[in-house]
Amino acid sequence: MPIARGYRLASCVLALATAAALSGCGARTGEENGDGPAAATIDTSGDTIKVGLLNSLSGTMAISEVTVRDALMLAIEEINADGGVLGKRIEPIGEDGASDWPTFAEKAGKLIQQDQVAAVFGCWTSASRKAVLPVFEQHGSLLFYPVQYEGLEQSPNIFYTGATTNQQIVPALDYLREQGVSSLYLVGSDYVFPRTANRIISAYAQAHGIEIVGEDYAPLGSTEFATIANKVEAAGADAVFNTLNGDSNVSFFKEYDAAGLTADTMPVLSVSIAEEEVKGIGTQYLTGQLTSWNYYQTTDSPANEDFVAAYQAAYGADKPTSDPMEAAYTSVYLWKEMVEQAGSFEVADVRAAADGITFDAPEGTVTVHGETQHLYKTNRIGRIEADGTISEIWTSGEPIEPDPYLTGYDWAEGLS
Amino acid sequence: MTVLIGQSFTGISIGAVLLLIALGLSLTFGQMGVINMAHGEFIMSGAYTTYVLQQHLTDAGTSLLLALPAAFAVAGTLGIVLERTLIRRLYTRPLDTLLVTWGVSLLLQQLARDIFGAPNVQTSTPGWLTGRITLFGGEHPVTLSHARLFILTLAVAAVVALTLTLRLTPLGRRIRAVVQHRELAEASGIATARVDRTTFFIGSGLAGVAGVALTLVGPIGPTMGTNIIIDAFLVVVVGGIGRLRGAVVAAFALGVLQALVEYSTTVSLAKVTVLIAIVAFLQWRPQGISTVRTRSLA
Amino acid sequence: MTRSRLLPLAGFALTAVALFAVAPAVLSDFRLSLLARYLCFAIVAVGIALAWGRGGMLTLGQGLFFGLGGYAMAMHLKLADAGPDGLPDFMLLYGTGGELPWWWEPFRSPVFALAAVLVLPMTLAALIGFLVFRRRVRGAYFAILSQALAAAFALLLIGQQATTGGTNGLTNFQGFFGFALADPLNKRMVYFVIAAALLAVLLITRQLFHSRYGELLVAVRDSEERVRFLGYDPALVKLAAYTVSAGMAGLAGALFVPAVGIISPALIGIVPSIQFVIGAAIGGRASLAGAALGAIAVAWAQTTLSEEFPAAWTYFQAGLFIAVIAFLPGGLASLRHHLTRRRTRATRPRPPTGTPAAEGAPA
Repeated sequence: MPIARGYRLASCVLALATAAALSGCGARTGEENGDGPAAATIDTSGDTIKVGLLNSLSGTMAISEVTVRDALMLAIEEINADGGVLGKRIEPIGEDGASDWPTFAEKAGKLIQQDQVAAVFGCWTSASRKAVLPVFEQHGSLLFYPVQYEGLEQSPNIFYTGATTNQQIVPALDYLREQGVSSLYLVGSDYVFPRTANRIISAYAQAHGIEIVGEDYAPLGSTEFATIANKVEAAGADAVFNTLNGDSNVSFFKEYDAAGLTADTMPVLSVSIAEEEVKGIGTQYLTGQLTSWNYYQTTDSPANEDFVAAYQAAYGADKPTSDPMEAAYTSVYLWKEMVEQAGSFEVADVRAAADGITFDAPEGTVTVHGETQHLYKTNRIGRIEADGTISEIWTSGEPIEPDPYLTGYDWAEGLS
Repeated sequence: MTVLIGQSFTGISIGAVLLLIALGLSLTFGQMGVINMAHGEFIMSGAYTTYVLQQHLTDAGTSLLLALPAAFAVAGTLGIVLERTLIRRLYTRPLDTLLVTWGVSLLLQQLARDIFGAPNVQTSTPGWLTGRITLFGGEHPVTLSHARLFILTLAVAAVVALTLTLRLTPLGRRIRAVVQHRELAEASGIATARVDRTTFFIGSGLAGVAGVALTLVGPIGPTMGTNIIIDAFLVVVVGGIGRLRGAVVAAFALGVLQALVEYSTTVSLAKVTVLIAIVAFLQWRPQGISTVRTRSLA
Repeated sequence: MTRSRLLPLAGFALTAVALFAVAPAVLSDFRLSLLARYLCFAIVAVGIALAWGRGGMLTLGQGLFFGLGGYAMAMHLKLADAGPDGLPDFMLLYGTGGELPWWWEPFRSPVFALAAVLVLPMTLAALIGFLVFRRRVRGAYFAILSQALAAAFALLLIGQQATTGGTNGLTNFQGFFGFALADPLNKRMVYFVIAAALLAVLLITRQLFHSRYGELLVAVRDSEERVRFLGYDPALVKLAAYTVSAGMAGLAGALFVPAVGIISPALIGIVPSIQFVIGAAIGGRASLAGAALGAIAVAWAQTTLSEEFPAAWTYFQAGLFIAVIAFLPGGLASLRHHLTRRRTRATRPRPPTGTPAAEGAPA
């Protein structure tokens, strides 16, 4: 019977296949590829220059990321109306990260290798940034990341236009200490930003005599907060430091309110709630609570007036603007300034030209810190008002130098 | 000790939410064997109904009360459309309904995103539902918020109404007959297709009611359904097929277990504990807490 | 050789040529790396075809085994990158102590890690299967139970950020058993390894399908009680298929890591687990080639549609699932049957075939 023969034949094919697989091997780890670190190929042939926009348009993160995409598109349209970059119109190529980290990596690869874009703007969660980071480093391309994050990172292929910890969390703690807060309850989502933020907060608290009376994490997307509200109430802290992200905030604040806790008795300071989220949670549950950001829709600057007007003209008069949107909008302009300073789209030239680039952003003038590829940013503590806006009640005054590894703070020793 | 009592009450209020989201499912899955993954999106439709009504009526209280029947009708209609177009073809392939309705849930999610926008929307809680009652005073007072109390009342009312319908009305008798022996019921002159349709309407409508209740405690957005659908299925599976009693016991048991474990550990650990407990429980009683005796071998 | 024997063999040879000669020649490095990813999903789908298509067990929790294999491989690669006595980068940044957890230690050994890729998922599957099938949990109950386990595993990983990387998962691998992953040539090699693995898995499963065991498995699917009356233990028959399918998912997870460069809880929970099954269902759950091609086609369609219509691709995807599963229960593979049946009916009476009707896959 030929089954045996067929089987043998198939085995031969398989053996050959394996041999083929193992014969074509490349460089070993540690060896150089021959031509040094990779440099991305950028398509500069046409009269347009392509850039990638990588945000989640579907899935759980679409809630936040869609507005960032809108802000990016606004900046690109404005720049194009103004003559483009180095005489070329910007051609945005949008991809959907679908709230899924491997998809982010796949789409980043597509934008860099297939479309040969000059830079990519986007990502929101730390997980998505960590997933695309090796892709950008391997291909030597550039990512502009517009969201506040947990610090402890400094990739040569990423520009961080949101706040790092010493521009958002540390000033918030300074503010709370000024207000006489001596005990804190920490509530956060279970991922890298809240966990790292809370380590920083604990170190700060220990050094400054603040007591941490409780620490709780809920998985992303978790919407049952009755128990956590009970624990917070029982612990009776002076304030709550909230690093929850996304949907969880809605349930948390509804439960917090239902438990009879208010901003007067136990204020909550949040670092992931901006104007857009306020609208989704309901001002009824939030009035009087605190936030820490670098920008609010109400921030008083001429650039912001233009930004808010342009954004609302494009997407609707009831649409709020928020910090990550502003950081995204700013990132496109910063890239433009860098490219024009360098006179080239090449990544190495753009990076070399980055240090000291300034832009009159809606949040005020921002400056690129070349060494860390972060921005000098001003911190603002805000209070959520009954009409859904956030008004500034405290500010760090001048822009704070970025310090992603917190090397300039004695109490932060041993954190990284 | 008071903490234990307090957490038990929290657990009961968590259980009430679970019961509401699972009640419709225990009807469609338990009675008909249809695994409807779009149940979560039916719940979402109820929540959006509340939102839309609040946009048009300024008073939060009236719109919330009006939303209850409206959401029942909206979700029920969605259910009938789904039953007529797809599920009808799949009664002999129950596992395929799972995959098909999962596709439907993706579709409805994207639809919600396109109609209402990707961000969450807000509804306001009427004045008479803010605040709370104190059950026991003392150093660690045991309290229950009005919103949670409302949900508990709603869950109990839904269970009572459903039980009475199944026990006392001719429709209920027909539904029970079809569950126990489809062929025999058909032979006795019951229009089983029509009974299926009605059952599905009621089950889906209850999802809409659950959606209204969820606006009081959770987010209202396109992905709200995915977060709760598995919890709902677990309640039904633990409860056992064909009996509401099982679902009621299961919902409150899971709620209390979650609340008690969570208080002394973390949310993640509590959820894992609950899941492991469910797997262990099904080892002991594969058919769930209570099940209806049928003439099939399984 | 009869036609029914020749056809699969020719198909096998054709697949080999397509994977090893045609694809590398016509696809760009980027597209080839995507294909490598799809092939991993195809390996999972072959396992699902065995457990679900032939065994009637709707394994909605394959993400659990995919993840176990993936993490076993990723832990080894992380430790290899860190060098002897080194700690993985994420532990240095986010961990609390400077110690490597004891359960990471054995993964320094490549032999242990490679063995764990198969042994871990298969042992767990055997354990779960033993408990569950013995108690005759089946149908929807089994499906929801396996989903719950996958969800629990994902939650467990998320909660232990200091030792598992939490939500981020494990990323940024420099090397693959000594080969630099940044080198496109090595990426090609990874692709070839995956393609070879898929061929091997196809071959093994085909042998299983056509063995006595395969017949028994179908018998259990179609009537468990009857098989029990014949003196066999259906629980053991199902257990074997479930364990093998878990091994395949583990292998796929392990290969996914060097191909895509990430393993995270996002690949383990409920949604990815359903997506694994959808691929097999669309291709044809009871057909080996159907399931594998279906998984590749669904993944490919997802990439292409989302590139073409970043805003509306979910509609197409959902529409496709609904249409195929509701109206073509045997999947795309049954299209051929539908067509040939119509033709043969016109010419001569159809000879009885050995393949069971895919439509009959019961709960």
